Amino acid sequence: MACEQWRGKLDAYVDGELDPAEARAMGAHLRGCSACASDVLERVQMKRSVQMAGQRYTASAELRSRIARSVAVKPRREAGWFWKILAVPALSVLILSVAVNLYVRRESERRQRVYSELADLHVSALASAAPVDVVSTDRHTVKPWFQGKIPFTFNLPELQGSEFTLLGGRVTYVAQTPGAHLIYQVRKHEVSVFIFQDRGEETASLPSGTAHALSFNEENWTQNGLRYFVVGEVGTEDIQALSKLLRDAH
Amino acid sequence: MRVPEERVSAATFEELAMPLFDQLYNFARWLTQDTAEAEDLVQETYVKALRGFSSFQLGTNFRAWMYRILRNSFLSSRTGLKTMVALDGEADDSLLPADGTTPESVLIAQVDRETIQQALADLQVPFRQILLLCEVEEMSYQEIAETLAIPIGTVMSRLFRARKALRDLVLTKNEGGRHGV
Repeated sequence: MACEQWRGKLDAYVDGELDPAEARAMGAHLRGCSACASDVLERVQMKRSVQMAGQRYTASAELRSRIARSVAVKPRREAGWFWKILAVPALSVLILSVAVNLYVRRESERRQRVYSELADLHVSALASAAPVDVVSTDRHTVKPWFQGKIPFTFNLPELQGSEFTLLGGRVTYVAQTPGAHLIYQVRKHEVSVFIFQDRGEETASLPSGTAHALSFNEENWTQNGLRYFVVGEVGTEDIQALSKLLRDAH
Repeated sequence: MRVPEERVSAATFEELAMPLFDQLYNFARWLTQDTAEAEDLVQETYVKALRGFSSFQLGTNFRAWMYRILRNSFLSSRTGLKTMVALDGEADDSLLPADGTTPESVLIAQVDRETIQQALADLQVPFRQILLLCEVEEMSYQEIAETLAIPIGTVMSRLFRARKALRDLVLTKNEGGRHGV
């Protein structure tokens, strides 16, 4: 029977899976068959209801940014331009001076970017309801907590006799690189210590030393393959004192 | 000047994969029925996809590929192992419809969104999964076949059975709801 033959294709019809000739023939059948037509209507209504009901869940902004960060294109330094310049001696002086200029500017921008990012991490951690994930003043609790969470290990200083107190730590990321973020307190002020692997990447490209930017003081250095950053809204003496304690912990 | 290859693939992966984020999360959340598990599942999907992107053939269906990774990750998770049950008579095309309009079908149009959501959540995972791919993701039968790694005939029969199961659940719930009032 003609109707039986069409019944089996109603789903494919509402799903748009029939080829154009078949769909046309189905359309002609539906105009003459009220039973199939009401069946199609019901299927379309059901399809639409499920479509609306199925769009139910929205991901958190935090998950989206975490994933966006993990798949983001890493900025790479371009290699080989220097040799190309040498191949064109007539232009080399002019181009080299421009290139040096650009390079210096880019380096300074990069430095600024890393400083800003660390300052942001410092401020946002303190503003957070839970600034640290491992809450402890005991370095023997905080250090093992990081095991398995970051791809390296580090030593923390003994603080007895100093003005500093350890508040705790959390895992952090800069330029897709995981690291440790420790928070210390000195006279009611918080100071952040960031530790990353020194692998010639973004965080490692900065000159060591002390800096003052955006009202934060900062000191950074490389030691035992690790890159340390001490950032806080305290005087340079405090930053240097904490940096010394960390250096001597090795 | 040639752009380094890994840079092309990373840029392309980000461009292709991030627009799917909302849909993938919605799908994962429906499968797992749990926020934390859905978040882990989506994260795992992106990590695996980024790692395996070099083996992905450009020009083939990226969306189906991403959903397949998500679905496979789900299958190997604890919840996934528990929920994926074998479906009887799966590839049997003779199961395709001979059933016609039922008097209750008119009621479907009046069923509220919440009842449908509840019924979807109550469905067996394979049925819920195929309905979401077809109705919410608007995938073609071919895409669904690629995503679930099943033949098109199975897509059609499973879809038919899933719709029937959903319709039955909705009508039961609606009936119960009305009697309960």
